[in-house]
Amino acid sequence: MATADLPHPVAPRARRRMPSPRPVILGIAGILGFLLVWQLLPTIGVVNPAYFPTATATLGELGELVRDVEFWRNVGRTLTAWGIGLLIATVLACVLGAVVGLVPFLRRATHTTVEFLRPIPSVALIPLAVLMFGYQLQAALLIIVFASFWQVFVQVLYGVADVDTVARDTARSYGLGRGARIAHLVFPTALPYLMTGLRLAATVALILSITAEMFIGNPGIGRAIMFAQSAGQWPTVYALVVVTGLLGLIVNIIFRLIERRALRWHQSVRGEEVL
Amino acid sequence: MTLYTSTVVTPRRRSRVWAKFGESTAFALGLPILLLVIWGVWATLAPEKFFPSPIEIAQAFVQTWIGPAFVSDVLPSLARLAVGIILSIVIGIGAGLVIGLTRWLRELLEPVFEFFRAVPPPVLIPIVAALLGSNDVMKVVVIVAGAVWPVLLNTIEGVRATDSVMTETARSFALTRGERLRHLVLPSASPRIMAGVRQCLSIALILMVISEMFYSSAGLGFRIVYFQRNYLIADMWSGIVLLGLIGILLAVIFGFVERRVLRWYHGIKEVEHA
Repeated sequence: MATADLPHPVAPRARRRMPSPRPVILGIAGILGFLLVWQLLPTIGVVNPAYFPTATATLGELGELVRDVEFWRNVGRTLTAWGIGLLIATVLACVLGAVVGLVPFLRRATHTTVEFLRPIPSVALIPLAVLMFGYQLQAALLIIVFASFWQVFVQVLYGVADVDTVARDTARSYGLGRGARIAHLVFPTALPYLMTGLRLAATVALILSITAEMFIGNPGIGRAIMFAQSAGQWPTVYALVVVTGLLGLIVNIIFRLIERRALRWHQSVRGEEVL
Repeated sequence: MTLYTSTVVTPRRRSRVWAKFGESTAFALGLPILLLVIWGVWATLAPEKFFPSPIEIAQAFVQTWIGPAFVSDVLPSLARLAVGIILSIVIGIGAGLVIGLTRWLRELLEPVFEFFRAVPPPVLIPIVAALLGSNDVMKVVVIVAGAVWPVLLNTIEGVRATDSVMTETARSFALTRGERLRHLVLPSASPRIMAGVRQCLSIALILMVISEMFYSSAGLGFRIVYFQRNYLIADMWSGIVLLGLIGILLAVIFGFVERRVLRWYHGIKEVEHA
């Protein structure tokens, strides 16, 4: 019986090792189809070509931009604001989240305040940020930090509270001290939550750093989009929008990878490999 | 005998209920009140230009928003937000069901959609504004163009994750396409869909505010920027407070709907955790 069963689980895995090329081919076909539709819409005249350049014009402009130093400087500025904002938000959220999450009194006392502050849309603070810091990087950082802080904070709060009761009692009965319990029990439990929060915060921080550049006016890709728009250089606008999308994709992929690496030992990642 | 003891016990239990109620309200309101008091004292002791006291903000709130401004600025903003959100959810779920159930379509479109989701939604505002002009349609289109992606992609993902045994069972019981959609695919995708709707709400609110701040001559976002440019600090703060209240209102409505839609799901989770 056991020998008869053996080939079955092996056979599909052997087949799965060679991934079917179908999704890749179809995916590429989808991208090509999208570019074709984009190319045709202004050419036929469905939309005004003055405000909606063709795909080839946009990609040509993108090729020009890539050779421009100022473009790379703008990318660097955007990523700097993103990185600083994300770092401040993450550190603040980890410290505050761990303290509030571990002390039941603080947890109860802060609940309503957190629930009231969290849904405030961060862009509502743009006027305040401009008043406080002028059209500077600090104003952008205020928006970025406010938005991404909550993503990490809430996850850390959940994660710290999610410690398995049996594991906690075991640690206590083995006489682990407070520090050892935090290092060996709370931290590993909260890590998956922290990683999820970090990934969400990275995306949100990128959105808001570009938004801040557009509407506060600190230098970066966002401001370049607004300048190109007011100068009527629509191919540049579209090329830069494509760049922001690519940046978003790269950030997403990198943080997914970090998440998988940091949680290699965790069930959610290990489980995928076993299956 | 037992009857008597029970009458003795009841009043004590009631007082405990009151004590518990008092304790939880103290926990709920303690910190917000404390923070407001600190802020108020601070603002009177060391007046800061950009941080008026909570009382001033409350007065400005009543003066600014309760009255004709509510009809001329707040209601239109809320209407655009509501239309944008409803369209995003309907389009997202509708298209997501079709794409999620058709394998070749899903494989064809997924990379393109992933890219669209990665584009920060506010960069679409100048483009849509140029194509459609600064009007109500443009603002709704901006909201939908940014907020539809989380619903759409989560619906596709949720539909794809439908349990295959259940799908085959439904087939062999000869459920029609409509029945399968209504009783199997939609419920099993609903936790994912609701997670997408949650993201959709916050993106929609952000886009409503920004599109009004910079491409409008009326509405909530426009008012806030107008106050800021004219140094009406307390009025600007009252606008921020109003936006916060709208955010909280959306979160409360969402929480209510989610609890109704996903009652069965939370039930299963509770059983699993117990």
